[in-house]
Amino acid sequence: MSSIPTETVQPGRASLLYDPKIRGYVYQLALLAVVAFLIWSAASNAIENLRAQKIASGFGFWHNAAGFDVNQKLIPFSASGSTYGQAFYVGLLNTLLVASIGIVLSTFLGFFVGVARLSPNWVLSKLAMIYVEVIRNLPLLLQLFFWYNAVLKPLPDARNSIALPGNIFLNNRGLIMPNPQFGPAFQAVVIAFFLAAAAAVVFYIWSKKQQERTGKQYPNGLITLALIIGLPLIVYFFAGQPLSFDLPQQGRFNLTGGLQIYPEFVALLIGLTTYTAGFIAEVVRAGILAVSRGQTEAANALGLRAGPTLKLVVIPQAMRVIIPPLTSNYLNLTKNSSLAVAIGYPDLVQVFTGTVLNQTGQAVEVVAITMAVYLTISLVTSLFMNIYNKRMALVER
Amino acid sequence: MNKFVAAALVAAATALGVSGTQAQTGTLAQVKNRGILHCGSGTGLAGFGLPDAQGNWTGIDVDMCRAVAAAIFNDPAKVKFIPLSAKDRFTSLQSGEVDLLSRTTTWTMSRDTSLGLNFAGINYYDGQGFMVRKKLGVDSVLKLAGASICTQQGTTTELNLADYFRANNLKYEVVAFASNTETVKAYESGRCDAFTTDASGLYAERLTLSAPADHIVLPEIISKEPLGPVVRHGDDLWLDIVKWTHYAMLNAEELGVSKANVDEMLKSENPEIKRLLGTEGKYGEAIGLTNDWAYRIVKLVGNYGEVFEKNVGQGSLLKIARGQNALWTKGGLQYAPPIR
Repeated sequence: MSSIPTETVQPGRASLLYDPKIRGYVYQLALLAVVAFLIWSAASNAIENLRAQKIASGFGFWHNAAGFDVNQKLIPFSASGSTYGQAFYVGLLNTLLVASIGIVLSTFLGFFVGVARLSPNWVLSKLAMIYVEVIRNLPLLLQLFFWYNAVLKPLPDARNSIALPGNIFLNNRGLIMPNPQFGPAFQAVVIAFFLAAAAAVVFYIWSKKQQERTGKQYPNGLITLALIIGLPLIVYFFAGQPLSFDLPQQGRFNLTGGLQIYPEFVALLIGLTTYTAGFIAEVVRAGILAVSRGQTEAANALGLRAGPTLKLVVIPQAMRVIIPPLTSNYLNLTKNSSLAVAIGYPDLVQVFTGTVLNQTGQAVEVVAITMAVYLTISLVTSLFMNIYNKRMALVER
Repeated sequence: MNKFVAAALVAAATALGVSGTQAQTGTLAQVKNRGILHCGSGTGLAGFGLPDAQGNWTGIDVDMCRAVAAAIFNDPAKVKFIPLSAKDRFTSLQSGEVDLLSRTTTWTMSRDTSLGLNFAGINYYDGQGFMVRKKLGVDSVLKLAGASICTQQGTTTELNLADYFRANNLKYEVVAFASNTETVKAYESGRCDAFTTDASGLYAERLTLSAPADHIVLPEIISKEPLGPVVRHGDDLWLDIVKWTHYAMLNAEELGVSKANVDEMLKSENPEIKRLLGTEGKYGEAIGLTNDWAYRIVKLVGNYGEVFEKNVGQGSLLKIARGQNALWTKGGLQYAPPIR
C-alpha cells in the first residue's frame, strides 16, 4: 500500500503525522475498532435472530436438571438431580484426564522413537521410521476406529471374563480391578509421601553442591526412589494399613463393583498417544540433529561415554529446538481428544457440545463455552511450556 | 488508508445488515427462488430415510419432503436431502441450513417451546423399545438390571432410558455414541447387552445386523415417541404448508383417493374429494400454492397409507403393522382435520 498522503497537512502537525510510532498506534487502534465492531455486530445480530426465532438464550440452563446418565465420570453424576453444569464438569474432567495422561505417555514414546530413529542399530532405526511414517500419514479418526475395534474385538464378553491374578478381570466392558477404599488414617501416608518428596529435593540440591565442591557423585535416583516409596510404606504399616479394596463381583450381565477402565478410554488414549508420539519423534529427531556434531566429538574427547554425552551435552541443547514444536503437539493432542465423540468416550465435546447442546438447544452459549475452555487449556499449556522454554534457553553471558 | 478503513467498515456493516434482513422473507419464497427444497433427513434408517446404491432416498420421512416438493414445484424430485445426526439436526434447522426437518424427531414440549421450532404433525406414532441377544435369556426390560446399554446421544431415548431405569430402581451403564451407525456397531460387537431406540428403529436396525434372528425386541414400550416433521418458529405460512401436506395425505387415504385412482377421482361428485383435489374452492391459494396442490401430492407421492405400506409396512422388508398408525376410522390414531 502506498503511503503518500492525499491531503495537505498543517506544517506544525506534520511531524506528528509522519512519526512512525504514532502512525502505528493509529492504525492499530483503527484495526482494533474494526474488529470490535465486527464482534459487536455479529453478537447483536445473533441475539436479535435468536430473539426473533424465540430460541431461549442465556445461561439459565446451567442449573437445570440434566436427566441423562454418563458412564465414565470422575465426579458423582446421575440422571437424578445432576445439572447441565455438572455435566460440563464431568466432560471437562474426562477431557483433562485423557489429555494429561496422553501428553505424558506420548512424550515418553515420542522421545524413545525419535532417539531410536537416530540409532546406529539398523533394525531399530528402520522400525522407528516405519512407525513414524505409518502413524503420521493416516487420519487420527481412522486410527481411533481401528484402536476401538482392535481393543474390543479380541476381548471376551462379560460372562467369560479373563481372570487375572489379584482379582483383576478383563472383558469387552473394560478392565475391572479392585477399587481402593482409603481409610481416614490414609492421610498420614499422603503426608509422608509429600515429606519424602521434599526430602528428596533437599537431598538433590545438597548432593549437587557437594558434587560442585568435591566432585563426588551421589546415587540421586536410588535415594529419591527409596525415600518416595519407603517412607510412605513405613507410615502405612504404622497407621494400621488404612486401605481396603472393593472387589468386583460377578453380576448377571457384568462384574459389579470394583474400579473399571473402559475400552473407550483405552482406545482413545492409545490412539492419541501413538498418533502424537509419531510427531513428537520427528521433533526430537530434528532437535538432536540440530546439535552440531562437534559437540559430541568434543564431549568424547573429554572422555565422556555415550550415555552422559547424550544426557549432559546433546539433549540440553536439543531441548531448545524441541520445546516450541513440542508445545504445538501437546495442544494438538488436547484438541484432538474431542474426536472421542466418535467412539463414545464422554469427553467435553461429547457430553457438553453433544448431549447438553441437544437437550437444551442453546447452541451459541454451549459452543462459546466449549471454545473458551479449549482456548484456556491451550493458553495454560503454552504458558507453562514457555516458562520451561525460558529456563532451557541459552544463557548468554 | 483512512478511506480504506471507512470503506471496510461500511462494507462490513452492509454485509451484516443485509444478512439480518434476508432472514425476514418467508421460507416459501426462499424455496421457490432457490428452486429446490432443502430437507434435513436422517443419516440412514431403513423405512424412514435411507439412500440406496444409486443415491435415491427412500422412506416415510423422505416421502414427507417429496410431498412438500410435489405441492410446491409439481416435482417430487426437487428435494435436496441433507443427512443430519440427532446431535446436529436442530442447529441446522435453526440456522436455516434446511427448510424442513423430517427425520424421526420426537415431538416434546421443550423442543416445541424453547428451541424456536414448530412441529407440523405426527407422521409416525412410535415408542421406545429395547433389543437384546436371544442367548441372554432376557424377556423383559425389568430384567436388565446391571446391563450395559448402547444409545444415541442427544436423543429423547437417552433421557427416557435414564427415567425408566431410575423409576424402576435398576442400575445400568449407558454407552452413548454420536451416530446411530456407531451405536449399532458397538451393540453388535458385544460392547453392550442391549440397544435402545424407537421400536421402529429397532426393527429397521435389526435387519442390518449379521444374524437378525439372534436378536429379539423386548415387549415393553417405555415411552411415547410421536415423530413428525419440524419447521422453524415464526413462519406460519410455511408451517401451514407442511402441516396440510401431511393432512392432505391422510384425508386422501380416508377418502379412498390413491396414486392409481386420483385422475378418475377428479370427476368425483363427493364434495370432500372435490375440495381435496381442488376442483371446488380455493384451498391451495390460501397456503400460497395452486389449488391442485393435494392432487399433485397424491399423484406424485401417494396417500398416507400407500406411503406407509411401501416404506415400512407389508410392501417393505420391515413389515411393521399399521397399529396406532392406522386411520382413526380403523382404530388408529391418525386423524386429519377436514379440508373445508
